Amino acid sequence: MKAFTAIFLRDLKLGLRQGGGAMSALSFMLAVLVLVPLALGPDQNLLRRLAPGFMWMTLLLAVLLTSERIFQQDFEDGTLDGLAGSGLPLELVVFAKALAHWLSVSLPLAMIAPFLGLLLNIEAAAIPLLLAAMALGSLALSMLTSIAGAITAGLKRGALLAALLVLPLDVPVLIFGLSVSTLSAGPATSGQPLLVLLAIALISLAVQPLAAAAALRAYLR
Amino acid sequence: MHNLTAQSLACERNGRTLFSGLNIVITPGQYVELRGPNGAGKSSLLRLLAGLLPASAGTIAADGKTSADEPLATQLHFIAHDSAMKTAMTVAENLQFWCDVLGGSAIANALQAFSLESLRDDPVQLLSAGQRRRLALSRLFVAERPIWLLDEPATALDQKSTSTLHAHMKAHTEHGGMIIAAVHGETGLTPDQTIDLGQYT
Repeated sequence: MKAFTAIFLRDLKLGLRQGGGAMSALSFMLAVLVLVPLALGPDQNLLRRLAPGFMWMTLLLAVLLTSERIFQQDFEDGTLDGLAGSGLPLELVVFAKALAHWLSVSLPLAMIAPFLGLLLNIEAAAIPLLLAAMALGSLALSMLTSIAGAITAGLKRGALLAALLVLPLDVPVLIFGLSVSTLSAGPATSGQPLLVLLAIALISLAVQPLAAAAALRAYLR
Repeated sequence: MHNLTAQSLACERNGRTLFSGLNIVITPGQYVELRGPNGAGKSSLLRLLAGLLPASAGTIAADGKTSADEPLATQLHFIAHDSAMKTAMTVAENLQFWCDVLGGSAIANALQAFSLESLRDDPVQLLSAGQRRRLALSRLFVAERPIWLLDEPATALDQKSTSTLHAHMKAHTEHGGMIIAAVHGETGLTPDQTIDLGQYT
């Protein structure tokens, strides 16, 4: 348990301290959401209609951008070899790292995105529901992205392959995330897609340790 | 601690056999030198013993138990060429991380072992190659483990640090520990065994 916490806290620290982590994903998101209204023109109704789609897409791509840094560095500098000596199963090692990735990268993005949505003219009343949907969605995105990150850990410039691998898996998150946002007129109707998002998040939580550990084991030879 | 034995061990990399039919018996307190030309499989043998690489044939066992029954990994330190230290964190933060992960109690010993006390709050980014090597070797002291696997441990070390390292190695074997080190050239140490991997190709 001590080893698990140590890995988790170290990755949190590195995620916030190192370039290529939370800050670069955040600036990517900021850049896109600032440019969209400039590119689409001043039609406020159009912006409002397109806003949720743009926000989810930006969140998804921003999280995907960070896939390389979850495992690659640990793989290259021998940290993964050293962690084998901890006696902690690799499944828990990768889970600790994915949780830290969620808390240091995806969750902050998900908490900021709805407010950046104000640039796209979304209604302030829609923000709480968006926050809930994006928090759940970002958990699923982090888990799925970390699986792709583990598969491409030993590859130079593996981000492109990671993107191809994880995009199909991210699509359900995008679809149900969007249906939460577009139905936000009535809370009664948005409950269902929110539950589906929760289900997706829980499934990816369960699958991530097994899948990412199996992927890394293939490299340890 | 019990004997470490390997029976008819073979290692294959990329379809090429590096060595085969290797038998080793190492008793507590022994220092073993691993020699052979570049690419003979010295690092691969160390990875094999550390459980990071599957053997293509043969078994590795400590106390009659094979590595499959009880992972040897938790009884050994493996210091490879890579330092396994994060450049964005300080010396003390890195050592504290390994201390927590490997089940040690404090990093004071590790800081002292290669006189890194004065560098404890420096980010690893700013350290020289020799200082990084000393930091990597300090991992040996964050938690006590009977088996040390060292891959060319003295690379980039100055004379003073090299003799510190040798003193630590001597003390470790005197306390019943085992050391298996891949080395080149004259080390100035007297090994209890020398395994020349060039003979097993």
